[in-house]
Amino acid sequence: MEVSNDKAQAVVAKFSAIDAILERNHHDPSRMIPILQEIQELHKYLSKEAITYVASALKVPASRVYGVATFYAHFSLDPKGKHIIRVCDGTACHVKKSHGTLEMLSKKLGISPHKPTTDDMMFTLEIVSCLGACGLAPVVVIDEEVHGQSTPAGIEAIIDGISAKENAATAEGGK
Amino acid sequence: MADSKKLTVNGREIEFTDERNLLEVIRKAGIDLPTFCYHSELSIYGACRLCLVQVTQNNRTMVMAACSTAPAPGMVILTETKDIRAMRKISVELLLANHNTECPSCVRSSSCALQNIARRLGVNEIRYKKLKHEEMQPIDTSSPSIQRDPNKCIKCGDCVRVCSEIQGIGAIYFTKRGSNAKVTTAFDSGISGTECVNCGQCAAVCPTGAIVAKQDSPKVWQVLYDTSKTVVVQVAPAVRVALGEHFGAQVGENVAGKLVTALKLMGFKHVYDTSFTADMTIFEEATEFLERVTRGGVLPLFTSCCPAWVRFMELYYPEMTAHLSSCRSPQAMFGSVAKNILPKQLGVKREDMVVVSIMPCTAKKYEAQQDKFKVDGVPEVDIVITTDEVGRMINSLGINFSQLEPSPFDMPMGFATGGGVIFGASGGVMEAALRYAVEKLQDKPLENVDFKAVRGMDNLKEATLNVAGKEIKIAVVYGLAKAREVVEAIKNGKADYHFVEVMACPGGCISGAGQPIGATNAIRAKRQAGLYTADKRDHFFQKPQDNYAVSRCYEESLGGHPGSHKAHELLHTVYDSKADVFDAMIPVMRGTADKRLDVTVTLCTGSMCHGPKGLDMLSGYIREKGLADKVDLNVAVSSGSSSKVSVKVGGKRLSGECSGGEDCDLFKKITAAIDDGVKAL
Repeated sequence: MEVSNDKAQAVVAKFSAIDAILERNHHDPSRMIPILQEIQELHKYLSKEAITYVASALKVPASRVYGVATFYAHFSLDPKGKHIIRVCDGTACHVKKSHGTLEMLSKKLGISPHKPTTDDMMFTLEIVSCLGACGLAPVVVIDEEVHGQSTPAGIEAIIDGISAKENAATAEGGK
Repeated sequence: MADSKKLTVNGREIEFTDERNLLEVIRKAGIDLPTFCYHSELSIYGACRLCLVQVTQNNRTMVMAACSTAPAPGMVILTETKDIRAMRKISVELLLANHNTECPSCVRSSSCALQNIARRLGVNEIRYKKLKHEEMQPIDTSSPSIQRDPNKCIKCGDCVRVCSEIQGIGAIYFTKRGSNAKVTTAFDSGISGTECVNCGQCAAVCPTGAIVAKQDSPKVWQVLYDTSKTVVVQVAPAVRVALGEHFGAQVGENVAGKLVTALKLMGFKHVYDTSFTADMTIFEEATEFLERVTRGGVLPLFTSCCPAWVRFMELYYPEMTAHLSSCRSPQAMFGSVAKNILPKQLGVKREDMVVVSIMPCTAKKYEAQQDKFKVDGVPEVDIVITTDEVGRMINSLGINFSQLEPSPFDMPMGFATGGGVIFGASGGVMEAALRYAVEKLQDKPLENVDFKAVRGMDNLKEATLNVAGKEIKIAVVYGLAKAREVVEAIKNGKADYHFVEVMACPGGCISGAGQPIGATNAIRAKRQAGLYTADKRDHFFQKPQDNYAVSRCYEESLGGHPGSHKAHELLHTVYDSKADVFDAMIPVMRGTADKRLDVTVTLCTGSMCHGPKGLDMLSGYIREKGLADKVDLNVAVSSGSSSKVSVKVGGKRLSGECSGGEDCDLFKKITAAIDDGVKAL
């Protein structure tokens, strides 16, 4: 494996950030959920190391933090891609053929409920039960943007747009 | 005593006073309501819904869980209405539908609460879809002490509460939710990789076979049938006052003699008594105590007989392990002495001798397989089985245990004083040590050998003794949650004991997780009483120092006297920090050379901590010096947090304060260790 000082820097940065969150919450075990929420906001998921670190800082057993983190559907223990594609498969969206978009995503990005994240950690698929916008069915939310009356082709175009932007940014960074 | 009040149970008037809940009142009335999740010494959970009763109060009638309802005067209670019977039955049917009902081959068959209650409630069929083989989850066999089968768990939470409330550990917890809920470790990993101390109290309270003691009896049969082996066995003190329960004897009856006969019938060549090395432990430990008192060593001295307690210290208080007596436990001393002196006495080769232990304990299985108790990779105690396991081995012989003629233990390692026998009760190790130490301190024979202040079922017993003008403060603790309080008080200068005895299990080894299932405080007290009876009735001497067999052993094989060089070699041990069990490892740098030095930086938390900065400095140093190819740099995220810098270089830990950045001495020491380590690759 490539030796990298950046990795050490990244680890330091990661745990310093968690330290700041813990500090803000006064290392108070009764604030475990807000602490986990803030960490998830930062890292998009709760890593094993983060859970262990929080347990150590709050002086509670790691099993208890893990228990809380796995109890709530809000918390994810799996890494998430940079862009999150939420496909609604509630009753209205299902009837309006949300599965067309799901098939497109499976074919194009190879992601499905069984394998929700692309290998390059760029996209994650989340299937949600209702977004409360049934009048716009079928609904797809990409990052924070809502796309009503969506079609597989329309969503594909948006994804292509994101990919193109990301590729350009990588090329820029490589120079 | 509080005023007596009255309520009605099934038409009968019942008096009650300060009972905590209806369940206790109803059980006092002689009605045994079924429960899975109620244990009087644990918090009330109210999950199993089997103790449902109909309560009428102030003209309102409700169905309530008796365990979580406070008794009130005038309540009218019915325990067996048509509806309640149906509800209880459905609850049990649903549990059975989700249960791997391989009952005949389950370790807990016949001592299983689910099995017993299902039979009691007349559950003759299960109307719901059964758990399919392909839906079953893997069994956790990672631990040398216990085995966890999630397919038999009924989610009563008894194990979770005993681990956190009595032992103060919390290695297991409820995870996920709804139908996916599972009692397991952090990250659902094997229990051996966690802070579990192997006490097995989770198995002792488990109503089913979801957590059981690891079964090692098949290994024993294997060596017994191997004609090239000479198999000897040691029997721990607490076993003799509990095994009888397996065969219908009175609780607390000493069945040591019958057990010796049964073990001989099974094919053991020689049957010895762990109480012999318990006496020897006192020779060493009391000598160590007197030396620390007279020469100003680290005090208080902590006993070291309980492997769960020792592991607890190594996990949570590695900086305080100097308080632990360096004496091995009686089991470990027996293994060491037996493998060193018996081969010559019995005329067999060391490698052909097998030492088996019968213990009341699951942590002893863990203790025996530790590297520090192995010689050339072979454990000094080869196989450890529990009281419960030996009970079933005897059952399989088809003999009537209660009719057996008693036999004596074999000499010399079967000779014990009462002091060695009371080791099995909380307070027993302390009392035996006092019988030795007080006599030495006052320099005249001890007349009264009873130290009653350290006996009984309180989880903290304290006493101050005046011996030859010296004040000796002692404490006796059981339950590691209570022990943690005592250690914290000592750490913070709020307690000034000289000698502290700790046992992990309630009431001591007599209710270890290897003992017959179903111990209550009443049963524990009877088992303790059995040991104190044996002390006086079954043993000629009470003071360990009167054990002439131990004295002879010192003269012939242990350097002549307690504390000798040879005794230190064979009877003492060392302790490690096991705090990095809590660490999550993150690789930071990976070298490419074949041989690489392992460097692990432990990150701590808190504003006073230099962990992240230290890591930064070290990774910089390794790169600048061109060592990157030969080093694996890891970060350990530790829950044993402290404000100290702590770095492990090739297995050796360097820690301390480091406030001067790269100029600090510790950083220089660490970088020097890395340079040396790389050179030595």
